[in-house]
Amino acid sequence: MYEGVVQDLIDELGRLPGVGPKSAQRIAFHILQAEPVDVRRLAQALMEVKAKVRFCATCGNVAQEEQCNICRDTRRDPSVICVVEEPKDVVAIERTREFRGRYHVLGGAISPIDGVGPDDLRIRELLARLADGSVTELILATDPNLEGEATATYLARMIKPMGLKVTRLASGLPVGGDLEYADEVTLGRAFEGRRLLDV
Amino acid sequence: MHVTHLSLADFRSYARVEVPLDPGVTAFVGPNGQGKTNLVEAVGYLATLGSHRVSSDAPLVRMGAERAVIRAQVRQGERQQLIELELNPGRANRARVNRSSQVKPRDVLGIVRTVLFAPEDLALVKGDPGERRRFLDELITARSPRMAGVRSDYDRVLKQRNTLLKSAALARRHGGRTMDLSTLDVWDQHLARAGAELLAQRLDLIASVQPLADKAYEQLAPGGGPVALEYKPSAPGEAHTREDLYEQLMAALAEARKQEIERGVTLVGPHRDDLLLKLGSLPAKGYASHGESWSYALALRLASFDLLRAEGNEPVLVLDDVFAELDARRRERLAELVAPGEQVLVTAAVDDDVPHVLAGARFTVAEGTVERV
Repeated sequence: MYEGVVQDLIDELGRLPGVGPKSAQRIAFHILQAEPVDVRRLAQALMEVKAKVRFCATCGNVAQEEQCNICRDTRRDPSVICVVEEPKDVVAIERTREFRGRYHVLGGAISPIDGVGPDDLRIRELLARLADGSVTELILATDPNLEGEATATYLARMIKPMGLKVTRLASGLPVGGDLEYADEVTLGRAFEGRRLLDV
Repeated sequence: MHVTHLSLADFRSYARVEVPLDPGVTAFVGPNGQGKTNLVEAVGYLATLGSHRVSSDAPLVRMGAERAVIRAQVRQGERQQLIELELNPGRANRARVNRSSQVKPRDVLGIVRTVLFAPEDLALVKGDPGERRRFLDELITARSPRMAGVRSDYDRVLKQRNTLLKSAALARRHGGRTMDLSTLDVWDQHLARAGAELLAQRLDLIASVQPLADKAYEQLAPGGGPVALEYKPSAPGEAHTREDLYEQLMAALAEARKQEIERGVTLVGPHRDDLLLKLGSLPAKGYASHGESWSYALALRLASFDLLRAEGNEPVLVLDDVFAELDARRRERLAELVAPGEQVLVTAAVDDDVPHVLAGARFTVAEGTVERV
């Protein structure tokens, strides 16, 4: 245990995701030794991000204004919505440059253990977006784990009756990898999701 | 398959120990509390990623140490593999195979296979259904390592579903408001899917083990059988294929829903099933004598050995302190039956407890040191 404020800093840092007690200690001492200007810049960035950034009123992505850049971009296809769990998933999909539609960020996945039910996610907002009939396809891009799958199933069951196309991202083999290194679950999924080869 | 070298660091009572091993029989002899079982427990851990004595990893790490390491050289035919497992209680364990760290601990499953006989085995016959489910599921994983993933998926869905049911039950009791249960349907589907896969494997396993267990019992206690294994599912029905088992589970879940919401717990699924062990026409539990129960437990382990061997995965046999528990006749029969194993590891408090048929290498274990005699 360190003296008062140093320990407070270590404790605060240790609360961040992915930071264990050892890393928290390392970061704390790095900050202690850093120039005051650098530390002030860090502190300011932290304060500003809380003050300035908010969530897009339409899709729930991070935004600096009422709507995020993607929702304001008129070149994007408004008839396709890709549903993801977190804003960082939007960034990941944007990097592919393959998707030209819009997003909907749920803010998590259904997980009773963590006390997250459908009402805690932005599902009502999603249904409101679908109400006017301009959306024709919904792509479910929640994480391929148990909670993500459950959320996708839940959404699909709820939305299918509305008559629009609901798709789920494929799971399977990593590109550029070797078949022999794939684990059985992934390989099994890849078999289930195999497709006709058009030649 | 056999282990050619076992090395432990900060595991149980051992700060460090190196044990070179040969195929055939190896006996570890020493007074109680000196660390014999710790050695075979480590071998068992490589096969199941769990201990046969405790349910958490914390007791496996030496007092005062942060992590324990189990390292084993394994030989399968001409192939040598080095497995290293680092146990970090409270955090994720780490694994390496042939010095490559690109593996998850679960990938280690299937390299080492063991069939372990221990005094705790009596609970297979006399204990709770959970003991028998564990017996089935561990054998399923030994046959098909992929099933470890299905088992952990099932456990996770179950936990999610129970939490949901519990909060629904609470909401009902306080204020009588009914909770939105639309997500329950989703968890039902996922529970039934993973459950059906596990059930299909259990039924298939029981069909294969049944004749082998009957044969083993006849060898241990001639004329005492027959032995019959009968699966008792919590979801009634005769289904055998995955698709049919899925429907059967879904139907049973629908049936049980009202009661589940009242009690706040999942009442249907592989986690509520039992394996009925019958001796003659009666259940062994409650009717079999102490000696018969022992023979039954041994017969189940011997059947596991025969099954894995027949499927081309010769397991390491571990006999942890069992001979002292048995009468002379059962002791000799068991020794004869395990003697042909590719590798047999035996622990005993005194030399006399090791049957003559099992002559082989011998180590003395005392105060945390292991020395070859």
